[in-house]
Amino acid sequence: MLLITCPHCGPRDEVEFRYGGQAGVASPADPEALDDATWARYVFFRDNPKGPFAERWVHAAGCRRWFDAVRDTVTNQFLDPEPRR
Amino acid sequence: MSGTRAPSDGRIDRNRPLSFTFDGRAMTGFAGDTLASALMANGVDVIGRGIYTGRPRGIVAAGVEEPNAIVQVERADGVSEPSLRATTVELEEGLRVQSLAGRGRLESPGDAVDAGRFDARYAHCDVLVVGGGPAGLAAALAAGRSGARTILVDADTELGGTLLGTRDELDREPALDWVRAAAGELAALPETTILLRATAIAYHDHQDILVAERRPDARTEGRLWHIRAGQVVLATGAHERLIVFADNDRPGIMLASAALTYLHRYGVVPGQRAVIYTTNDSTRTAAAELTEAGIEIVDVVDSRDGRAVSGSEGGDRLEAVVVDGERRGCDLLLVSGGWNPVVHLFSQSRGSLRWDDGLATYLPERAVQATHVAGSANGVFDLDGCLREGAAVGARAAAEAGFGDGRPPVMPAADGGTAIGRVAPIWFVPAPEGETAEARMFVDLERDATVADIRRATGAGLASIEHIKRYTTIGTAGDQGKTSGVVASAVAAALLGQEPGALGVPTFRAPYVPISFAFIAGRDRGALSDPIRTTSIQPWHVAHGAVFEDVGQWKRPRFFPRAGESMDAAVLRECAAARTSVGVMDASTLGKIDLQGPDAGDFLDRVYTNGFAKLKVGSCRYGVMCRVDGMVFDDGVTSRLADDRFHMTTTTGNAAPVLDHLEEWLQTEWPELRVRATSVTEQWATVAVVGPRSRDVLAVLAPELDVSADGFPFMTWRESVVAGLPARVFRISFSGELAYEINVSTWHGLAMWEEVMAAGERFGITPYGTEAMHVLRAEKGYPIIGQETDGTVTPQDLGMEWVVSKTKPFIGSRSHRRAENRRPDRKQLVALLPLNPDALIPEGNQLVAAGTDLGSRPVPMIGHVTSSYRSAFLGRTFALALVRGGRERHGEAIVAPLADGTTIEAWITDPVVVDPDNARRDG
Repeated sequence: MLLITCPHCGPRDEVEFRYGGQAGVASPADPEALDDATWARYVFFRDNPKGPFAERWVHAAGCRRWFDAVRDTVTNQFLDPEPRR
Repeated sequence: MSGTRAPSDGRIDRNRPLSFTFDGRAMTGFAGDTLASALMANGVDVIGRGIYTGRPRGIVAAGVEEPNAIVQVERADGVSEPSLRATTVELEEGLRVQSLAGRGRLESPGDAVDAGRFDARYAHCDVLVVGGGPAGLAAALAAGRSGARTILVDADTELGGTLLGTRDELDREPALDWVRAAAGELAALPETTILLRATAIAYHDHQDILVAERRPDARTEGRLWHIRAGQVVLATGAHERLIVFADNDRPGIMLASAALTYLHRYGVVPGQRAVIYTTNDSTRTAAAELTEAGIEIVDVVDSRDGRAVSGSEGGDRLEAVVVDGERRGCDLLLVSGGWNPVVHLFSQSRGSLRWDDGLATYLPERAVQATHVAGSANGVFDLDGCLREGAAVGARAAAEAGFGDGRPPVMPAADGGTAIGRVAPIWFVPAPEGETAEARMFVDLERDATVADIRRATGAGLASIEHIKRYTTIGTAGDQGKTSGVVASAVAAALLGQEPGALGVPTFRAPYVPISFAFIAGRDRGALSDPIRTTSIQPWHVAHGAVFEDVGQWKRPRFFPRAGESMDAAVLRECAAARTSVGVMDASTLGKIDLQGPDAGDFLDRVYTNGFAKLKVGSCRYGVMCRVDGMVFDDGVTSRLADDRFHMTTTTGNAAPVLDHLEEWLQTEWPELRVRATSVTEQWATVAVVGPRSRDVLAVLAPELDVSADGFPFMTWRESVVAGLPARVFRISFSGELAYEINVSTWHGLAMWEEVMAAGERFGITPYGTEAMHVLRAEKGYPIIGQETDGTVTPQDLGMEWVVSKTKPFIGSRSHRRAENRRPDRKQLVALLPLNPDALIPEGNQLVAAGTDLGSRPVPMIGHVTSSYRSAFLGRTFALALVRGGRERHGEAIVAPLADGTTIEAWITDPVVVDPDNARRDG
């Protein structure tokens, strides 16, 4: 079980968290200006790197706040000592 | 000859005899025996049988790596456990032991409830040391003395590891004296914990180690420890391995170190006339030690001299081996094919392995986590080296955890010890008669798999050890190939013409030793396996015979049968009451979210497909939520309590996901919105009073409230006193009937329910459950999220364009305009009326167009049934379904082919089959 550092509560077991997928996926400012394919890319497509991956977590069974963290998908180690937000 | 008890020697308590039975035969052992040593001392040769070949099998090892001696053990207290390794079972008074020959039989589930009781514990430490042999003890001393919180776990009943089965000395004193002193020192350290009978079974990410601790004298049989360790020292030792030759599976052929352990630790003489077959130096004192115990040494066959054992003779016990073509009479063959460091946990922790030619085995290479390896687990086999490496690694681990200066403590000097030198491995000994003998060359004794099986795999073109493992099943038994894995890899490599280390070893998987599901489950069994949520009205439901169903974690009344009444009859009666007089339902489980803040209206406009910002205080509105992909996510009625406050309801099962959804968007996309969302599901009890007489009931209970159709119109709510209790009354309907949902504090839920029942008595008020609720809403074409929808259904598919704003953006609005989501042949919600009004189409049934040839496969399916009921109001069956282009098919026939080969034909209609003009909701 991962040990995830919540920036507000400190290190806690993975079961207290919910995964939010890739971080930094910006919502299109004007969805209506996009064609279907571009919109679908925003809705359905995410990176799946082998190595460092910026992703979102929420401390669902704790402070309930969202934050970003960088995890190496090969080793599962979190790379930033102080997760953001 | 079979094994016998030595007149003296061993760490058993000869003053404490213990009686037990093996396959019904009464036997005696001593405290300190394992079941295996006691069986051997009682002259038992055959404990198991090859699962496929049926060949007799005896004890091979003295620890967890044992592949043969697998038994069912029933203790004096009646708890019975199957598939235990006799080498790891402590002998107890009254054990009833059964051999488990063959493939075993699965008992019927009803008989197979594990009576064992287990606990879980969670612990944190700075340094966890796995293994209490010389290296582990040295590491624990080094870490413990630094003041680091140290946990030392060992699978055995006492510390010492291999020293318990040898006669090694330290500083010219028995090594076990040092072990005793070290154990005493560790026990006295305030921050150090020693767990015996505790096997580390898994090493997961982020230093999460599971330890299964057996507790024979406690009220629970064991504890599963979840240990989060700052640093981990693996001093897990090494397993000796067998040598593969023809008929290498006879009882009497055993690992050399195991034979010496039975002799020294348990005082058991494993045979009378021995041949030693070795590839390395670990057996160099074995001949002398056996001779001293009165065992005749017939021959010592050393692969480094170019000699080999190529076969064996005997029946249920070894009678002879063939050495360099000559027959040697013996009843015992000690084998040392080399040593496999126990790298299981290291590998589980994602550490990489490397092949070592000198030791002819795999060693830890590079750790990924804060993992340190010491002793023979790291390829260090001499006692002196184990102590020095253990001390160094323990001190380093403590220093990395912030304790001590990293300098190792001084350890006693070993005299000699058990170095293994260079190993000259023999992977399998060719038989004089050629390949035909390979079917009797056993690689994996527990799986009964041979060199012939590996040759079949490589002959079939398999070249990956993972594939060969699955093809041959080698390494997939309960021992997970502890003695056979490296051998199988090297044999396969040899057959493929490759070097021994070329193929690697299959992935090591947790658990390291088998443990029961009951051990894993701990207290989380039966009623404690998942929380059970009940409403404040639950006692009434129970007292009145409700049949419950699980809705998520909630227990909800499904229907309230009268004496002798079937479910169908009860549901029809409950539905009729709600449509003709008055029914009452406990709706407390609905999710409720309190939304507060000046931007709450704006926020709801963004999360619902329809508008809420302009909703008047005192009014309610039905809303649909989509995810960003445009698919329906939840629905419910949200009411405006004040300019800056809304009361949102969600479906029962989606209460938590909806709150999560709201918070995600508030925090990550719209942090500028001043809104707070709080779950109040548990704060409110909801009593839904439903039917044409519901107004009369409410009028009795709330005489000060204007309940007229004009004074309290549909889709409004009132704050009022109802039955003397402060309440919010919502005039909303999930049945199409005149209805009021009375919300009171959860503390008042039961009282309100009883007041409603009393006030409605003269109208024959009828409690109804979720089943009638489902029928009533389906008659009105109201979808249930998760029943009519499955994550691929848009509001438009449900025929609910009216709830989708065309003028404002909301979550999912852009997706609704994707061409894919506007296709006319999408599955759309319809109702089905079977031609036979008694025919009930099974829910989930596929649908085909009328006239489809069901004999021509594949049969084109154009939809499926989502809900199907008997309607009391219509006096017939009906169903809801999702059908391709369904809205254009109203009036057409459709066919439901059933699993039994029959079909039900039905008409497609508008999904609203009762009161399409909504004439009933004003009563």
